[in-house]
Amino acid sequence: MIMKFTKFALKNLFRKPVTRDYPNVKNEFCERTRGSVTINIEDCIYCGSCQRKCPSGAITVDRNARTWTIDRMGCVQCENCINNCPKKCLHMDKHYTTPDFTKTVDTFEGPPAPPKPAMDPEKLAALKAAAAAKKAAAQKEAQKSEE
Amino acid sequence: MGNRTIVPFGPQHPVLPEPIHLDLVLEDEKVIEAIPKIGYIHRGLESLAKKRDFNDYVYVVERTCGICSFMHGMGYVESVERIFDVEIPDRAKYLRTIWAEMSRIHSHLLWLGLLADAFGFEALFYQCWRMREQILDMFEESTGGRVIFSVNKIGGVLKDMPHEMLLKFVNNLNGMEKELRALTDVFLNDYTVQSRLRGVGILTKEQAVTLGAVGPMMRASGIELDTRKLGYAAYGDLSFDIITSKDCDSYARCEVRIGEIFQAFDIIRQAVSKIPEGELITPVKGNPPVGEAFMRVEQPRGEAIYYSRSDGSKFLERMRIRTPTFANLSPLLETLKNAELADVPLLILTIDPCISCTER
Repeated sequence: MIMKFTKFALKNLFRKPVTRDYPNVKNEFCERTRGSVTINIEDCIYCGSCQRKCPSGAITVDRNARTWTIDRMGCVQCENCINNCPKKCLHMDKHYTTPDFTKTVDTFEGPPAPPKPAMDPEKLAALKAAAAAKKAAAQKEAQKSEE
Repeated sequence: MGNRTIVPFGPQHPVLPEPIHLDLVLEDEKVIEAIPKIGYIHRGLESLAKKRDFNDYVYVVERTCGICSFMHGMGYVESVERIFDVEIPDRAKYLRTIWAEMSRIHSHLLWLGLLADAFGFEALFYQCWRMREQILDMFEESTGGRVIFSVNKIGGVLKDMPHEMLLKFVNNLNGMEKELRALTDVFLNDYTVQSRLRGVGILTKEQAVTLGAVGPMMRASGIELDTRKLGYAAYGDLSFDIITSKDCDSYARCEVRIGEIFQAFDIIRQAVSKIPEGELITPVKGNPPVGEAFMRVEQPRGEAIYYSRSDGSKFLERMRIRTPTFANLSPLLETLKNAELADVPLLILTIDPCISCTER
């Protein structure tokens, strides 16, 4: 047969469209789809491991301000930050970052640092005494060496 | 002797998937000489090896190119594994083979579509890309990405494919194979396709050897050579023949690539039936020892070479990729000599150019 493609062309006339009727029928994401990175900021310890491991340098962690910032347009969805997070507080959202006119930077602010637990007064006194004794010993040593 | 004209071809041209620039020296409608210029999309990815941790560099090297991204990752990772002298688990080897062969199917289908587009058969182009979409869906289901997979890691792979998923994929591929037989029949036997491909762009066996052609371009000239036969990943355990053709023209290149698609189906089926259970990754600790390693991988476009050199720190001293398209550029210039101007887009496509790889 000379016109091999005729069969395909005829079939095409009578079959359903291959493409999805998009706004009416939404795409279903797979379980493993890598969409965008999100953080469970309450669990974050601001170690900065994700910042160091990011191949495109999209993540900034500020330990003092207790913020975690991601440049959405810079992120390449490689999952390296997620695989290296010691607290497992990062995870992958299935939805892609929405297109935008400006560069989207998302900042997550963590809860304020919990106050340091007050020390037992007896323990504190013991520690102070130990420090004073150490200082006196050092002074004595210094005097000896001077002599 | 007619008047000579120089026609610039590219970097932006409707038929080119990627930007390559050629200065065509024409005499009437005949090409006398083609002068290539490359470097239009140089991004300096090789030099990033000195600034990124060798573990994180996998994600950079994958982005060398969007079509053979998996094989770029695999080639780099296997070269670093050779420096470490680490043996990866068998299951990881098989998974790499399956993903690599799926990449081959997707790349060749993409190429068939582009070829159809180059000789002006739009409907055939859409049919090829519709088939390719099914492979991309399988990639998304197994790795989470449609084009960039990020599953390679030094010592193994990051994600597993459960048995049910593998069986489902084989089922999908079997369904695809039937439809693809009918579609490739158009390429191989249709009158209009043959009139554009037969006898166009002859590259003889001797020329292919002297000019250093690689991949399907070389095998279409009758040279039986395939890097997969070296037995990297799990290819050593699987049986397959090297597909060659003796016609040496554009039709032969099309024929070889179509043959490789069906061969890839067969390799995946073999790999799924043989895949062992077990670990996915051998943990690798510390920085790579001082040393260098060399890895050859058969990409859809031909043989790619990965060279890594380590000085004992966490940054590699040098990382080099020799891409198949670069090797195929001089054979392309040979086929362009004395070609008709109208055949130039077709001839450029028959080497399956990947300029992003070449310029990195």
